[in-house]
Amino acid sequence: MARKILTEHINVPGIETFDVYRKQGGYTAVEKAIKTMTPEEVVEEAKKSGVRGRGGAGFPMGMKWGFLAKPEGVPRYLVCNADESEPGTFKDHHLMKCIPHLLIEGMIISSFALGANKSFIYVRGELMYVIRILEKAIAEAKAQGFLGKNILGSGYDLELVVQPGGGAYICGEETALLESLEGKRGNPRNKPPFPAVKGLYQSPTVVNNVESISNMPWIINNGGDAYATIGIGRSTGTKLISASGHIQKPGVYEIELGVSVEEFLNSDEYCGGIRKGHHLKALVAGGSSVPILPANLIMKTAAGEDRLMTYESLSDGGFATGTMLGSGGFIVFDETACIVRNTWNFSRFYHHESCGQCSPCREGTGWMEKVLHRIEHGHGSMHDIDLLVDISKKIEGNTICPLGDAAAWPVASAIRHFRDEFVWHITNPQEATAPGAVYMGEMALV
Amino acid sequence: MTESPNLVAFTPERLETVKEIIARYPEGRQKSALLPVLHVAQEQWGWLSSEVMDYVAGILKIEPVEVYEVATFYTMYHLDPVGKHVIEYCRTGPCCLMGGEDVYGHLKKKLGIEAGETTTDGKFTLKEVECLAACGWGPVFQIREQFYMNLTNEKVDQIIEELSK
Repeated sequence: MARKILTEHINVPGIETFDVYRKQGGYTAVEKAIKTMTPEEVVEEAKKSGVRGRGGAGFPMGMKWGFLAKPEGVPRYLVCNADESEPGTFKDHHLMKCIPHLLIEGMIISSFALGANKSFIYVRGELMYVIRILEKAIAEAKAQGFLGKNILGSGYDLELVVQPGGGAYICGEETALLESLEGKRGNPRNKPPFPAVKGLYQSPTVVNNVESISNMPWIINNGGDAYATIGIGRSTGTKLISASGHIQKPGVYEIELGVSVEEFLNSDEYCGGIRKGHHLKALVAGGSSVPILPANLIMKTAAGEDRLMTYESLSDGGFATGTMLGSGGFIVFDETACIVRNTWNFSRFYHHESCGQCSPCREGTGWMEKVLHRIEHGHGSMHDIDLLVDISKKIEGNTICPLGDAAAWPVASAIRHFRDEFVWHITNPQEATAPGAVYMGEMALV
Repeated sequence: MTESPNLVAFTPERLETVKEIIARYPEGRQKSALLPVLHVAQEQWGWLSSEVMDYVAGILKIEPVEVYEVATFYTMYHLDPVGKHVIEYCRTGPCCLMGGEDVYGHLKKKLGIEAGETTTDGKFTLKEVECLAACGWGPVFQIREQFYMNLTNEKVDQIIEELSK
């Protein structure tokens, strides 16, 4: 059995309550950190662990903490990004709902490390029921002296605030999230200055994902070095994978980084294989933004090596033949899935969610949606395929925030790997628009 | 909303909640309370009329336009009257893979309305939304705080009939 850092106790009845969580060893890491360590020592453990940002960017968390400016007399803030909205990703939702105290314990340790006395958990507004779970857990922790003034008699004060969003994917981008937390539209900020220097209320701020922060109790209890022994190379620790689509057992799974894609997909411990009687056609491994891969590039890299669930192995081959681990939104497509329709669907998502600040994204996402819509509905021309590639290139890299890239990559990769399917839609419009019609041409299936 | 502006007011309990929310933020940063307070307002009135938004602006001591620009940016705020139950149906890829489009077709037929419309009896409003972070449990829709997951045509019938009572 693989080691579990985040989900070991997730199925214990009553784990959402303080008492049960405490009985399973909860809050011992807070005691250890606050009573026996300095903030710098806690940061050092985070650095040693090598844990990388689990929201999608994969930037080392300890290093991000190290950038935090510490001017005299200016408050510092920790903000937890719980705006989980990337299609295919639902791990933070699951974690916060089932074991809210894990995140709260992580927030206390991390806030202590950063010298923050007021920290925020920004949860997407649609998860109001999860916000109520978190608020209840915070009240319990406060009643037990783990939050509020003079925590455990240490002189350290911390207040935790849960902030609801209002429905906007863009607020998962950290500077848009800060704008939103200040009561404004979620328009990403120009960088620099980075939040580590000027973040919330123009004060130094760290923004970390739910899963990243939830690793901290284990890291403090067991040491950053122990964490770094799990995984492969620079992909240390475990990762929550949200598995959806045409598999036997959709759900949230904690893997040790380094398990093979084949094992994750086919073993009964995880996805349990493609649904009965069907074959693997394509995979989006890290949330809707990352490049889609065709069946022949999923289990093996282009060089013929086993593809592993790590940051490095999934991106092996660059965008030509690889993808990204991203947020761990693992979306599986069997032969009944239409790639053109799915690409149109994703494009509609990005168009809908563009904040409208940068014209390449605001206009380009709309054009891509429109062109994909006409191909899917039998009115495309061959020129449209190159037009899509052209638009995607003009968006990529030309926007303030990564939403532009996130909108461009799914389109560019779908055409890169499934061009025949687009051509078929254009040259056989009647057949392609028949109810339930799916391209069944030359295609590798596994 | 037909009341005149001076008739718009939070219930005493909600006003308490709003005061608690405002107190969460540092001095002078009460604008941070805007999104949560708009949720409280929507809970009370069902949707955000300009009178309600002006009232919220007054409470937070900000300009009305600061409220309008936020209320129009985020998708959860209703800017028109809605039915008793607002069904927010996920239309994004992973839910579609799980049969979300067929179930959606069935739901629309059952209600006799399209997205953005309200049933003539005022009971249901249908809204299409993007990914609700519940992809492994799709197809999914949400009514207020409740998630309805692993939807099938039969389940949809059951839910609608239950809520129609």
